[in-house]
Amino acid sequence: MSNDLNVFIIKYGFLVLLVGLIIFFSIFASGFAGPRSAVFIFQSVAITGILALGVTCTLVVDGFDLSIGSVATSSLMMSAYFLVILETSALTAIIACLLMGAFVGLINGILIVRMKVPDLLATLGMMFLLIGLQRVPTEGRSIATGMRLPSGEVADGVFPESFLWIGRHRFDLFLEKLIPVPVVIFILVALFIWIFLELTRHGRLMYAIGSNERATALSGTNTNFYKVLAYVISGVTASIGGLLLAARLGRGDIASGNNLLLDSVAAALIGFAVLGAAKPNALGTAIGALFVGILLQGLTMMNAPYYTQDFVKGGVLVIALVFTFALTSRSRQGGH
Amino acid sequence: MNKIACEIYNLEKAFGPNKVLRGIDLKLYSGEITVLMGANGAGKSTLVKILCGVHQPDSGKISLFGSPFTPEKPADAFRTGVVTVHQSINDGVIPDLDVASNLMLDQLNQKDFGFFVKDSLLRKRARKIAQNMKLEINMKTQVSELGIADRQLIAIARAMTRDPKVLILDEPTSSLSAKEAERLFTTLDTLKSQGVAILYISHRMSDIRRIADRIVSMRDGTISGVFDKKPLNFEGAVTAMLGHKMTDVSIKIPKEGKKVIELENLVLSKGSRAINLSIFENQVVAITGLIGSGKSKLASILFGASNPQGGSIKLGNKNYNPLSTQEAIKKGVHMCSKDRASNGVIKTFNIEKNISLPFLSDYSVGSLLRFSRLKEVARKKIDELGIVCQSEDDDIDTLSGGNQQKVMVGRWLIKDSELLILDEPFQGVDIQARRDIGSFIRKTAKGRGTIVFVAELDEALEIADRVIVMNNKAILGDHLNNNINLNKVLSEITSEVKL
Repeated sequence: MSNDLNVFIIKYGFLVLLVGLIIFFSIFASGFAGPRSAVFIFQSVAITGILALGVTCTLVVDGFDLSIGSVATSSLMMSAYFLVILETSALTAIIACLLMGAFVGLINGILIVRMKVPDLLATLGMMFLLIGLQRVPTEGRSIATGMRLPSGEVADGVFPESFLWIGRHRFDLFLEKLIPVPVVIFILVALFIWIFLELTRHGRLMYAIGSNERATALSGTNTNFYKVLAYVISGVTASIGGLLLAARLGRGDIASGNNLLLDSVAAALIGFAVLGAAKPNALGTAIGALFVGILLQGLTMMNAPYYTQDFVKGGVLVIALVFTFALTSRSRQGGH
Repeated sequence: MNKIACEIYNLEKAFGPNKVLRGIDLKLYSGEITVLMGANGAGKSTLVKILCGVHQPDSGKISLFGSPFTPEKPADAFRTGVVTVHQSINDGVIPDLDVASNLMLDQLNQKDFGFFVKDSLLRKRARKIAQNMKLEINMKTQVSELGIADRQLIAIARAMTRDPKVLILDEPTSSLSAKEAERLFTTLDTLKSQGVAILYISHRMSDIRRIADRIVSMRDGTISGVFDKKPLNFEGAVTAMLGHKMTDVSIKIPKEGKKVIELENLVLSKGSRAINLSIFENQVVAITGLIGSGKSKLASILFGASNPQGGSIKLGNKNYNPLSTQEAIKKGVHMCSKDRASNGVIKTFNIEKNISLPFLSDYSVGSLLRFSRLKEVARKKIDELGIVCQSEDDDIDTLSGGNQQKVMVGRWLIKDSELLILDEPFQGVDIQARRDIGSFIRKTAKGRGTIVFVAELDEALEIADRVIVMNNKAILGDHLNNNINLNKVLSEITSEVKL
């Protein structure tokens, strides 16, 4: 009997907690329940969520990507540089940023599979490298229209409307101007990663690599290819996140995106607890990101001060990890 | 005769339903080297783990110099003088510390050493230990800079600081060259003369010839033979270890079909004899030999995981020189690797996902998996192999060892192959599963070549039409499995091969 209860808690405990939170805030935080508020939550977690989905892919192959935050900010700065200083079209800037993300992922992957650098160290190195590199072209300053360049000229390029559209436009859905573009992109990326991991043979092989790389190689899989692929996906999603951030801010703000890495890693780890997966998974990651968003939104509406946010996130993460590891391993032992 | 250091009486141990030790009686004498031989799964490592306090026996007694010995944890064991050097050398040394610190590691735990480490004192004491062992290594060298032989000797020297009365060595030479091993043997001779009782676990005939005073053979959790009359009966010991009770499986040898694969002057490693061998369709060929005979090397060459030193291979009538396992599989060579836990099983997957792993692209449209077909093939293999489970959805780690192995074998049979290689398919498998796997392999053998690598002769005789003996990376015998001359096979397995 207690074993059944344990299984139930592992599988649905976290979702029950989520529903409980929503009901709690709906009752006690006025204005929490409603479509605008729901969309706001989605919007607040969209960028973090997209990055977290990329991290999920690297976690699946038993790797880790610490460089996603800096890839995102690099993408933010790079798009601003292209638009404001080089005055390219929006499309060129977007493609350049996506290629940059893929390239960084490729280098990460090669460092890990070819040079045998441990994943944490390789991506930590890459993180520092990018944090430094993104500041070089502007001598450490943020990029905005009208800024003075090191050469003394004034940059007079602007963020075109078409670029700002991806960060600011809202689609109508029943209500006028309801769904922002970043939310749509978040949902599309989540759907894509979910399909890739759950329904394709590539995803299944990646999970196999994460569990037993040697056995997967002996079954004729090019494990290095899939590991590199995971980092490339992670790099591309991070650069998408950076582009959305740039389009929302409308300037290349050097100080933005500081929290992206930790928030998205937390979301991916919280995702382990969803439906008792006990492994990285796309659905869990998306729900994990939303969970944090709901909690922060609710608390903010109940007038919790901003500086308690990290504390709350940490608490959620620890609880989720307990769900994942302590409860799951206990039920496994009970089963034997 | 020397005095008895350690006496084991009717020791039994089971893990769940799996009886690993079924009444072991064993005496170890001071100043003697007792060699313990046994195939994989015979229960050697369980016996060692009981002696060094990792496991507790279910029943039976152990006495040490006449008083009862019941270690509950490793610290109990070495406090009373039973010291073990485990198989994995790096468990015995700390690579990032220097030699002196490694030798003194156990003393550092003791309170009387004080809070601050005095390097000079440490080195002085360490040097003394090294001298006792005739170990000539600079005390300041980092262990990570040393070769495996030196590390092994340091692990043993460290064991000596615990002042052992009984020293247990688990396959200490498995990664040593002949020259390095000789250094170890000299040390063991010294210890022996100091009156230490040594239990030495090994498969290597050359080691055993060199140092054994007594040989004890183990098989299926019992002692199957004790040999202490000089000259030692090595062949008898191997026979007792491998066993060759004729099994009740009757083999009807089918007619050989087309030639599947041909090895021409294949040289496994530098300086070894060339191998010439052809394998034909329809027949199951067992390649047998002791550990180190070159079986694993040959298997990995055939599967594209390593390269031969010379010679060539023909698959069908085309040259076959696979550079990767992917290429081997593409050309129709499938291999079920030995040691399923590290080379086969994906622990977090269920049965269905494990079975289909190598051939996912056959069960997809483009990149998308076809779940109904995956389910179907898994169910089919579960039926054919008699995998005991509730459904194809069961997690693989809920299955018994035998059933897990059936999944591993089934994996390579969901697609037809030119050549099927099974490396130790009966490792850690109960009798029923062994029969099931064996008969399934024989039943499906028509139209392909099949090679089974097994160390146990029994298993070879049970499954194969043709038995090939490897020894020291060469082929010594090739027998059809009818009225086979077992004495000849055994002498081929154990004889010393000159290069």
